[in-house]
Amino acid sequence: MKVKQWRFGLLTTLLMLIMVVSGCGSRSLATKNILKEDQKTQAITWGVKADTRLFGLMDVKDNQIKGFEIDLAKALTKEMLGKNGQAKFIQVNSQTRMPLLKNGNIDAIIATMTITPEREKQVDFSRSYFDAGQAILVKNGSPIKNVADLNQKKATVLGVVGSNSVQTIKKFAPKAKLMQLSDYSQALTALKSGQGDALTTDNGILYGMAAENPGYSVVGGTFTKEPYGVAVNKNQTDFRNAVNVALTKIEKSGDYNRLLKKWFGHVKGFNYKEVQR
Amino acid sequence: MINIFQNYGSQLWQGFWQTIICSIISLFFALIIGSGFAILETVPNKWTHLIARMYIELFRNIPLLVITMFFYVVIPMYFVKISGFAAGTIGLTIYSSAFIAETVRSGIQSVDVGQIEGARANGLTFWQTMVHIVLPQAFRYVLPPLGNQFINLVKNSSVLAFVAGFDLMYQGNVIASDSLQSMNAYLCVGLLYLVITLPLSYYMRYLERRTLKGGA
Repeated sequence: MKVKQWRFGLLTTLLMLIMVVSGCGSRSLATKNILKEDQKTQAITWGVKADTRLFGLMDVKDNQIKGFEIDLAKALTKEMLGKNGQAKFIQVNSQTRMPLLKNGNIDAIIATMTITPEREKQVDFSRSYFDAGQAILVKNGSPIKNVADLNQKKATVLGVVGSNSVQTIKKFAPKAKLMQLSDYSQALTALKSGQGDALTTDNGILYGMAAENPGYSVVGGTFTKEPYGVAVNKNQTDFRNAVNVALTKIEKSGDYNRLLKKWFGHVKGFNYKEVQR
Repeated sequence: MINIFQNYGSQLWQGFWQTIICSIISLFFALIIGSGFAILETVPNKWTHLIARMYIELFRNIPLLVITMFFYVVIPMYFVKISGFAAGTIGLTIYSSAFIAETVRSGIQSVDVGQIEGARANGLTFWQTMVHIVLPQAFRYVLPPLGNQFINLVKNSSVLAFVAGFDLMYQGNVIASDSLQSMNAYLCVGLLYLVITLPLSYYMRYLERRTLKGGA
């Protein structure tokens, strides 16, 4: 009997401890000034994609994440913290990026995240750093030529949980069946194994897939405008303003266009000059 | 939490049913296949024993997700198209059947050898002994661990989320990212899983009590 009571006590204490700890975390995060803390530690922790070619992709050879957003984040960090500023990267996906930001695991999100009014209720966005648009990827020779062809009962569209393209496609092809997978590599695998007729997301991501998989192509052009922004927690106005200032500097110095050319210059079907700044 | 049920009621409802349907189908077939392999394993024949052991050890020791992805990705690429729901259900059935086979085998082997010898001495064939003497006792012995397997099966059905099987976990992920209220969304999903597993758990306990009363 005594053992039982003791165990119960331990369990209750543990539970209370968890509640207290979780309570503490969120309270202090709201009052913290992330920019000031990062200036002290000389490091910014960015949440980046690691499964998206051209934007952020894990290179299995040296375990480094590489892509346009990675280079941009490094450049922003240098502008914001000075020459010794270090950019740290934590891998996120469309589903985990919001909770990770809210919990304070990352300082900012730079992970192909479109600025939308719904998201602006939860986080603050910087100015757009890339202007994408939603498109569809299909197997070569597919009868589907554009998004309108997808609007039929027999069609299945693949998307990724947490991306806003799955919300958008419901408006453009309401009759199609929508299947949401956990990340882009899985969605592409599903497309290849014939689980769906088309994969929908932003054109930049799709061109990256098409470059790697010659049997697939982006068709029909873009049907929305998807400006990508750096997301930070509410109340982190200093950090957001610093990002905006740094972004302007990078654009003016021509570094932005250089990065654009480095990552998108050789992508077939994508005219990087259209998004130059 | 209430607003999640209000705003995403239909999605949660669909996920709830998909999970139940997947669980029932898997449970039914896993029990049959599992018992089949358990019997094969105890048959005094070297080859059937070997086949049963190979099946059990293979699928018991591969992660459920790998089996499921095999049916979702590899099979459609080379053979027939399988939906995410079907791939998940097949994977879950195979995976669970290996565990159920091991559980039932332990039950069969815990039946006293004297009873089997007695039954055979009285002229019953091997199969008659199995059906009338061994299996009824075996299932009674293994009811508690079998209940565990059933509960695990329901929870493991969350593998459907990875292959867009529209189950409870899939809907949970979608709702969490759509509403941006991860905690509430997963709390609702957890609650709905409890709605399935708790009655199952109590029913297994009830069965245990009833069969114990029946003598032993």
